[in-house]
Amino acid sequence: MKRSTLILLKVFTWLACLWPLGLLLLGAINNNLGADPTATITFATGLATLRLLTISLAITPLRRLSPRLGWLIKFRRLLGLFAFFYATLHLLTYVALYAGFDVNTMATDIAKRRYITAGVAAWLLLLPLAATSTNWAIRKLGGKRWNRLHKLVYLAAVCGVIHYWWQVKPGVLTPMTMTLILAVLLAARPIQAWMQRRKARAA
Amino acid sequence: MLIGKPPDIPSSEITPQDQYNQYLNRRRFLRTAASTAVAALGVERLAEVFSPRIAAQAGTKLQTVKSPLTTTGEQLTSFEDITHYNNFYEFGVEKDQPAKNAGGLLTRPWTVRIEGKVKQPKTFDIDALLKLRPLEDRVYRHRCVEAWSMVIPWVGYSLSEFINQCDPLPSAKYVQFLSYYDKHVEKWAGQSTISWPYSEGLRMDEAMNPLTLLTFGLYGEVLPNQDGAPVRIVVPWKYGFKSAKSIVALRFLDKQPPTTWNDQGPSEYGFYSNVNPNVDHPRWSQKTERRIGQPFYAQRRTTLMFNGYGDQVASLYNGMDLRRNF
Repeated sequence: MKRSTLILLKVFTWLACLWPLGLLLLGAINNNLGADPTATITFATGLATLRLLTISLAITPLRRLSPRLGWLIKFRRLLGLFAFFYATLHLLTYVALYAGFDVNTMATDIAKRRYITAGVAAWLLLLPLAATSTNWAIRKLGGKRWNRLHKLVYLAAVCGVIHYWWQVKPGVLTPMTMTLILAVLLAARPIQAWMQRRKARAA
Repeated sequence: MLIGKPPDIPSSEITPQDQYNQYLNRRRFLRTAASTAVAALGVERLAEVFSPRIAAQAGTKLQTVKSPLTTTGEQLTSFEDITHYNNFYEFGVEKDQPAKNAGGLLTRPWTVRIEGKVKQPKTFDIDALLKLRPLEDRVYRHRCVEAWSMVIPWVGYSLSEFINQCDPLPSAKYVQFLSYYDKHVEKWAGQSTISWPYSEGLRMDEAMNPLTLLTFGLYGEVLPNQDGAPVRIVVPWKYGFKSAKSIVALRFLDKQPPTTWNDQGPSEYGFYSNVNPNVDHPRWSQKTERRIGQPFYAQRRTTLMFNGYGDQVASLYNGMDLRRNF
């Protein structure tokens, strides 16, 4: 791929990732976040997190479809870090607008409200991944250890989706689409590995 | 009771309907555009940026009188917010869906059936109900179980007046409310596992309390479809889902009726569901609420016992454990 094309794609990706935040800021300035701005901010940041996580999880299966898609790996860290960015905004929204910075409220919520337990767990799982996203960390850990650590992203994504299911009212099916997409992406890995082994045996 | 019209507003002060509609449409367009872009990766919403849909507007004025039972000292939630932030799952589970999807609800002809433990089953036409009693302007706080609240200027009269016309038998201890359901009009059933029609219920003394409102309008006009047209109840000291919308039948029973949200989540939605800051919802605290229409940094406020209507209703629950009977 030409370097200029890569730069263009990266710029586009940055803009696309910042787009949800931009809209929230615009809405906040103009007081145009809807009837329930706290809920709007919460859902916008939560959805952005799940969507970016899902897209970042699509990269490896897509790459395995063709050697010409290898360049996709250059976008995985960017998307993953933006997912963590929105997850942090989502968490801060809870801390500031729901818990009012009150430590007791937060402790009770995390202990008693299972969807908050799942949400905080998901964020805590993403934290070491964000912290070890730098080239320095990859070198220090070594490829093998780094890869093993970063398999935690699967658990984080699952916790995130569970958090979504436990947040909606019993019977509401809105998280279904996200769940199915994630299920396909998680299943893709063992399926692709199995297909690789079959090809290797046949050869 | 005072009988009389509220003072006339000079016609020069009234926003022309088309200008008002433009204002609503512009705000809706902006919000739709914002929410569309926020869901930037959801292509299905992009179309609405370019052709915003017009929600059904009720518009017909109602002749109303002042009411001593109205709530004072609260800032009213805007008509825009009351009509575009709705839980009406038959029309979709997102808050903005009822305004978009409820246009197909035809409110004429409309009847309300009276069944069960009554002297004689009856059917009332909606237009007869509208004339049964003077329509009162009643401002009530409205507290959703989801921990947000509004202040709504409803129009109606006490349900007790209507119940007296229903001749319930002494054996009637509960009233069940059944809402309209037509899968051809309300096509969004697949978004949840709820079985329709929507069912709610009250104890007879709760139904007969003067605060319980048989409701026909808001802001002096006929109810918009998404707010439960053409007739609903409002029970202001309970969580909002108890205030059933678009009612087609009242059933008088000697046993507590099944109710939709109690069926869906018995540990979350009790039959009584009185607003109670001391009894948490299993998934969140009910000590505080967000007032709709406020900027995000100013939304939170303390939830009041019985939504602030304790003076009028607390005696209904004397001796009851409100934690067990949540």
